[in-house]
Amino acid sequence: MPRPTPDIPNASMADIAFLLLVFFLVTTTVANIKGLSVGLPPPPEAQEQQDIKIPERNLFKIQVNSFDNLLVEGEPWTGTNDELTEEIKRFILNNGADPESSDNPQEAIVSYKTDRGTSHRKFIEILDVIQKAYYDIYAERVGVTNEKWREIASDPEKYKDLYDRGRGKLPDGKLEIPMNLSIAEPTQVGQ
Amino acid sequence: MPDVVFMLLFFFMVTTQMRDTSIMVQQRIPQATQLRSLQRKTLVKYLYIGEPRKIEEWGKEPKIQANDVFIQPREVIQWVNQEKSTLDESERDQITVALKVDNETKRGIIADVETELRKANARKLLYSTNLKSGEF
Repeated sequence: MPRPTPDIPNASMADIAFLLLVFFLVTTTVANIKGLSVGLPPPPEAQEQQDIKIPERNLFKIQVNSFDNLLVEGEPWTGTNDELTEEIKRFILNNGADPESSDNPQEAIVSYKTDRGTSHRKFIEILDVIQKAYYDIYAERVGVTNEKWREIASDPEKYKDLYDRGRGKLPDGKLEIPMNLSIAEPTQVGQ
Repeated sequence: MPDVVFMLLFFFMVTTQMRDTSIMVQQRIPQATQLRSLQRKTLVKYLYIGEPRKIEEWGKEPKIQANDVFIQPREVIQWVNQEKSTLDESERDQITVALKVDNETKRGIIADVETELRKANARKLLYSTNLKSGEF
């Protein structure tokens, strides 16, 4: 006669599982890698010392001082951030229409200068505004929403065709509307 | 019932990543709308910048934290090279540095870090931000 197999008491199994579940629930942090993506220029010494004069009309100057005050094209900015986005879009897509504004999107440069005393909050706020202008333009060209465009830009390999079309990739590899955002070295007034 | 609980348990066990660094600086992350996410999480390396949490020990000046230690801006190049060596050789130039910077930090120290990152040839940068609530 075979011996009866001993039972392991399993009434508490659910309780133990629950306890572990709660532990992992509490300790889990969802990895959140989201933010504003920018590319830095090449190292300072590698850059050739060049003094190319960029015509004033092709520069859209945005400056923030150490009190987080905003200067757009030399004038204090009183409008909202959305209005500033529209202003940047008009500048990029001017195509020579207004003699005071850019010649074409390839030449148009948005120059963003801050001070060493500018807060990171303000820096991000304005960077957000500038990037929105470009993303809106790209999104409109391929007929998607701004949100969808950023999804496309986050995974260019998957949506290669749309990504190239939105930015207007030319046969020689250049872009019709490159994101010419120049983040200048901050001035030294504050701090 | 226990089966369901076990399933949930396994789900969380698999997805959980233990944080291996404790952050020693203030992290009030700014908000923005134009967020982009990164596909290759392994290529992302973090730098934390902000006022130290323990003011009595470290002072009020903003500091840069890399892994578990505070570093000076000039040590950033060394840090980048060290982090690059943990990556596959073919992926080293794709390293992305995520800057988690406190709202109230001044631009100066961040610009210093950026200059060093340029020298270290780690030019893909991500300013870590949260989504501004109330807009898409």
